[in-house]
Amino acid sequence: MSEVIDWIAANNVALILAIPFATSLLLLCLPGYRLSARLNAGSAFLTLLAALSLFIHKPAPGSYLLVDDLNIVFIVLNTLVGFTTSVFSASYIAHELEIGRLTTVQLRFYHAMYQILLFAMNLALLANNIGLMWVAIELATLTTVLMVGIYQTHEALEAAWKYFILGSVGIALALFGTILVYMAARPVVGEGPDGMIWTVLIGHAAALDPALLNLAFVFLLLGYGTKVGLAPLHAWLPDAHAEGPTPISAVLSGLLLNVALHAVLRFKLLLAANPGAIAPGPLMATMGLVSLIFAGFMLYRRRDIKRLFAYSSIEHMGIIAFAFGIGGPLANFAGLLHMTMHSLTKSAIFFAVGHIAQAKGTQKLADLRGLTVSHPLLGWGLVAGVVAIAGMPPFGIFMSEFLVVSSTFARQPLLAIPLVIGLLVAFGALMLRLQGVAFGEPSGHSEPVKASYLPLATHLMLVLIAGIYLPPPLVAWFQHVARLLH
Amino acid sequence: MDKFAFDIAHFLAGSLVLVSLLLLYQDRLSALLNVFAFQAVVLALSVSWQAYVQGAPHLYLTAAIALIVKAIVIPVALHRMIRRLGIHREVETALNVGTTMLAGLALVALSIVVVLRVTADAGTLAREDLAFALSVVLLGLLMMVTRRNAVSQVVGFMSLENGLILAATGAKGMPFVVEISVAFSVLVAFIVIGIFLFRIRERFDTVDLQALDDLRERRG
Repeated sequence: MSEVIDWIAANNVALILAIPFATSLLLLCLPGYRLSARLNAGSAFLTLLAALSLFIHKPAPGSYLLVDDLNIVFIVLNTLVGFTTSVFSASYIAHELEIGRLTTVQLRFYHAMYQILLFAMNLALLANNIGLMWVAIELATLTTVLMVGIYQTHEALEAAWKYFILGSVGIALALFGTILVYMAARPVVGEGPDGMIWTVLIGHAAALDPALLNLAFVFLLLGYGTKVGLAPLHAWLPDAHAEGPTPISAVLSGLLLNVALHAVLRFKLLLAANPGAIAPGPLMATMGLVSLIFAGFMLYRRRDIKRLFAYSSIEHMGIIAFAFGIGGPLANFAGLLHMTMHSLTKSAIFFAVGHIAQAKGTQKLADLRGLTVSHPLLGWGLVAGVVAIAGMPPFGIFMSEFLVVSSTFARQPLLAIPLVIGLLVAFGALMLRLQGVAFGEPSGHSEPVKASYLPLATHLMLVLIAGIYLPPPLVAWFQHVARLLH
Repeated sequence: MDKFAFDIAHFLAGSLVLVSLLLLYQDRLSALLNVFAFQAVVLALSVSWQAYVQGAPHLYLTAAIALIVKAIVIPVALHRMIRRLGIHREVETALNVGTTMLAGLALVALSIVVVLRVTADAGTLAREDLAFALSVVLLGLLMMVTRRNAVSQVVGFMSLENGLILAATGAKGMPFVVEISVAFSVLVAFIVIGIFLFRIRERFDTVDLQALDDLRERRG
C-alpha cells in the first residue's frame, strides 16, 4: 500500500495531467451512460488523490511545469471540485437523459469534454511556461464553449456564440500581453524558451523593461480579466451560466474563473518584483469595485435563478480583484482565501440549484417557491449555501470579506464606503430572493428527482470548517504568496 | 542587406495594415472573404520573410499553415456556407463606412504612438513590426465590434489573429509560435465547423447586437 502511495507521490504531477487526458480518450469510445458516469467520477477521484499527494512530495520546478505556494492549494481545490461536480453530474445527467433533453451520443461527447476541461485547467495551473498557460486556458475556453451549447436550443447556441466571441477576444488580448512579456525578457535572458519560463522571469523581474511590462500587464488584465468576468468584460457570463448544463455552471464559476485569476496573479507577481513598473493595484481595484457594485444592483432584477447566481459570481470576483488591487499582506491573503471559499460555496449552490430546476421543471424565480416544504434537503441546502455566499458568519466567506473590509479601512478608508455599500446591496438582494424561493407555500408541479446530496454537503461542511479553523499550512502558503504580491 | 531586410519586412507588415483597413469598408460578404484571403496571403509572405531573415526555418511552417488554412480552406468553406445556408449577402454595420474608417485610422495612429513610446529600447525592426501588429489587432477588434453579421464577426476575429501571428513571428526567437498559430487555427476551425454542423442559419442572420440584447432582456 505504501509503495503505491510512494509511486503516486513520485509521479503526481504527471498523473494529474495524464489521468484526465487518458480518461477523455476512453470516454469518447464508451457507449453506455452509466459506465461513463462512473468512470468520469472515478478518474476525477484518482486525480484528486494524485493532487493530495502534492502535500507529501512537491516536485522541483521543471521548464514546463511548476508547483509552488501559489498554485498548490488551487490544484487541490480544482481536483476536489472537479470530483464532486462529476458526482453531481452523474445524477443530474441521468435525469436529463430520462426526460430526453440529451441523447447518449451527446453524453459521450459531454463526458469526454469534461475530462479535457479538467486536464486543461490542471495544465493552466501547473504551467511554468507562460505560453503553455495560454494554450491551456484557450483549450479550457474551447471545451466550455462547446458544452454551453450542448442543449442546442436557440438560446443555448446564442449564449455559446456570445461566450465564444468574447472569450476569444480575451484570449487574443492575453496572447498579445504574453508576447510583450517575452519581448521585455528577451534583452535580459536571451532568445528562446527561457524568455517564457515563469521561474526565470521572476528571477530577473527587476531587470525587465518596466514600460513594456506595464503595457503587457494592461493587455493581460483585459484579456484574462474577460475570462474572470470582471465588469465591463463580463457580458458572456450570465448567459453561459444560464443556458449550459448546471455541472458546467458549477465548473465555470467554481474553477475556470479562479484559473483565469490565477494567471493574472502570476503576472501581478512579476510586476510586483519590478520596482519601476506601475502598481497594478488601482486598475484592479477599480475594475473590482465596478464589478461588485454593478453586479450587486443587477441581482435585484434577475428573474432566472441561474442568472442570479451568475451575477453573484461576478460580484465575488469583483471583491477578490478589489482585494488584490488594494494590496498589502492582509488584503492579498483575504483575496486568496476568498477565491477558495467562493469556489466551494458557489459550486455547492449550483449543485442544489441544478436539482431544484430539474424537480420543478423551470429556472424562473417566480415559479420556484416553498422549497423547504416541498424538497426539504435541497431547500435547506440552498438556504445554507445562500447564507454562506451572502457572507454570514460562521461560514468562511464572512471571514475573507471581513478581512478585505478591515484592510481597506486601514489602507484606503474612502474606498471602504463603496465596498461596504456593494456588499450590503448584494446581501440584501440574495436574502430577498432566498426568502421568496425557500419559504412560503410550494408552487407549481414538482417531479421527484434522484439527487446527490453528498457533494453539496461536503462543500458546505468544508466552508463551515474553514470559517472556524484554517489549517496552519494553508495559512502559511497564503501568507507567503500575499507577501510576494505586494 | 540589413537595411534591405528591414525595408521588406516593413513593406509587408505595412501592407497587412492596409489590407486590414480594406476589410473595414467591404459591404458584400463574398468580397469580404476574398479580401480576407488576400490578407492571409500577405501574412504568409511576411512570416516567410521573417523566417528567412531570422534564420528560423520553423516559421516557414507557420507561413504554410496561414496560407493553407486561412487563404484557402476557411474562405472556401465560408463561401460554401454562405451559399448553402442562404445567409444575407450584405454586411450590416453599426456605424457608416466613413466613421468606421476614421475610427480605424485613429486606432492605427494610437497603436503606433503607444508602441513606439513604450519600446524605446528594443531593436528597431521589432518595434515597428510590433506597432503594425497591434494596429492589425485593433482593426480586427473594431471590425468585430461594428459588424452585425456573425460571419463578418468571425472574419474580424481571424483578422485579429493574423495581427497576433505577425506579432509573434516578429518577436525574434519566441518559442511555441508554430504551436500557438496551430492552436488559434484549430479554435477558429472548430467554431466554423461547429456552426456548419449545427446549421444555425436563422441564428446567423439574427445573431447581431439587437438579438443578443433581446436575449438578455427576455431571459431576465
